[in-house]
Amino acid sequence: MQYPAELKYVKSHEWIRMEGDTAVIGISDYAQDALGDLVFVNLPEAGDSVTLGEAFGDVESVKAVSDVISPVTGVVKEINEDLLENPQRINEAPYEAWFIKVGEITEEEEYLTAEAYEAFAAEEAEG
Amino acid sequence: MKLIFERSKRGRGCSILPECDVPVVLPEGDRRERELHLPQVSETDVSRHYTELAKQTYGVNDGFYPLGSCTMKYNPKVDEETAALSGFTEIHPLQPVHTVQGSLAALAKAEELFCEVTGMDGMSFQPAAGAHGEFTGLLLIKAYHKSRGDLKRTKILVPDSAHGTNPASASMVGFTIVNIPSAPDGGVDLKALKQAAGEDTAGLMLTNPNTVGLFDRNILEITKIVHESGGLCYYDGANLNAVMGVARPGDMGFDVIHLNLHKTFAAPHGGGGPGSGPCGCKDFLIPFLPGPRVKQAEDGYRMSRMETSVGDVKAFYGNFAVVVKSLTYILMLGKEGVAEAACNAVLNANYMMRKLEDLYEMAYPGTCMHEFVMDLGKLKHETGVSALDVAKTLLDYGIHPPTMYFPLIVHEALMVEPTETESRETLDTVIAIFREVYRRAKEEGEKLHQSPVKAPIRRPDEVQAARKPVIRYEFTEA
Repeated sequence: MQYPAELKYVKSHEWIRMEGDTAVIGISDYAQDALGDLVFVNLPEAGDSVTLGEAFGDVESVKAVSDVISPVTGVVKEINEDLLENPQRINEAPYEAWFIKVGEITEEEEYLTAEAYEAFAAEEAEG
Repeated sequence: MKLIFERSKRGRGCSILPECDVPVVLPEGDRRERELHLPQVSETDVSRHYTELAKQTYGVNDGFYPLGSCTMKYNPKVDEETAALSGFTEIHPLQPVHTVQGSLAALAKAEELFCEVTGMDGMSFQPAAGAHGEFTGLLLIKAYHKSRGDLKRTKILVPDSAHGTNPASASMVGFTIVNIPSAPDGGVDLKALKQAAGEDTAGLMLTNPNTVGLFDRNILEITKIVHESGGLCYYDGANLNAVMGVARPGDMGFDVIHLNLHKTFAAPHGGGGPGSGPCGCKDFLIPFLPGPRVKQAEDGYRMSRMETSVGDVKAFYGNFAVVVKSLTYILMLGKEGVAEAACNAVLNANYMMRKLEDLYEMAYPGTCMHEFVMDLGKLKHETGVSALDVAKTLLDYGIHPPTMYFPLIVHEALMVEPTETESRETLDTVIAIFREVYRRAKEEGEKLHQSPVKAPIRRPDEVQAARKPVIRYEFTEA
């Protein structure tokens, strides 16, 4: 399982990469592995507002549908439309398959470092 | 195997339908331009086709079917016999009520008995199945708040272990969902519930026993918290089999419920349906119940509608024949038999759990109700064998696998519900199979990734099936 050190993470299994004032958001390697093969992705539209702690989209795997939680409050600047057609990209390369880019951020979750998130994920995997 | 269309040969037919001797009166412009693509086959072909299909299926008539949360109990044949009586089948929903008094009496009796079992005061048999019953129940909750001018109640509280249909139904009715986390013991987290319940709470949806197979001991406290906030309590009848005749949702504080007659009350389901998801409620919600309801008058049974009803949710009286099957079932069991069935369902689940817990890790150790959840997280970690691999391997032993990857709060979940209709001998055989599969997972885990090897279909490509489903036959000729 990969947890790139340059990214930030949250306990609901999303990763965040800051590009200036914009947060690029995706789901972690652990999350994609736990979900299994993804078959559908639902994303918001550019211009939509997202709220910290609330779902901004969902991913459907052969096992289940799961919400994807926003780690920030802000406005969607761009979405990764490629994922809508090719959700398997998330399984193939979770840290390249970003979901949304969010700007006008007014609130952020307390982020975990790669190290802290890895420990958290390992703990969760053990049950 | 061949599809029925692939067996088709132009000009072939069977004598089941007589030649049409009625003149075609459709105006020229309204007629089909092309013939319908119907398979042209002989009676022999049809018969063999369906026999071949039947051989590839697996149901409770074939063997053990522990599909957790689905209550795949045996469906007594006598239920079919009564439902096939001509007085129930050779009738029309629009014929005068004085000519269908027997059928109305059956509906009235069913309402009385299912209300008795659940502690409700009225019931509609219109909903076609479980999720439809949920939808109807939530419509009642919405109508109730609206009738009081209480328009700010827009939120439905749903525990994170709930069936996916709960939030989906609430969303269909226009409510916003608030997720309530489970406490470590698998029950509702009371503190989180108290925080979430408030003046915007329309209601709470709950199963009890819950989705991890535990009876929530705080149930009276839970329904009290919701009632004190001004919300109503909805009981999802999915797990009623564990408590029917023993404890009643109405006494636990629930205001509205649905039942799955095709689970708890032995009507066929899982492709053998149709289902039936009656919606029951307490007195104060009866004015909102959908559809026509049977009333006993001096001169016999009549149909009447509530003036403030939420409206019809299905045509006529729902899946009437299914109601007849379940009415037969409950009358055959009798008052003591209903409770005995529930107790045996709980006994069978605990027996299996105890006989497996030294190998398989249980998500919630202790006494379970009618089903239990195994957590294969550790097994997967150690051997690479997942819940999916174990489920697929069970197919090779001729039993239906348990429900997998549900509830979602247990990651490698296998949910086992043996039901009361399995004998101790069957359970012992199945326990031996589960133990054998565990041994193989430890010793030859790699092989289990290939399972099943004996089933007619090996591992379907679920990703492709979901992304690019082939659901229509492509005809080669025009």
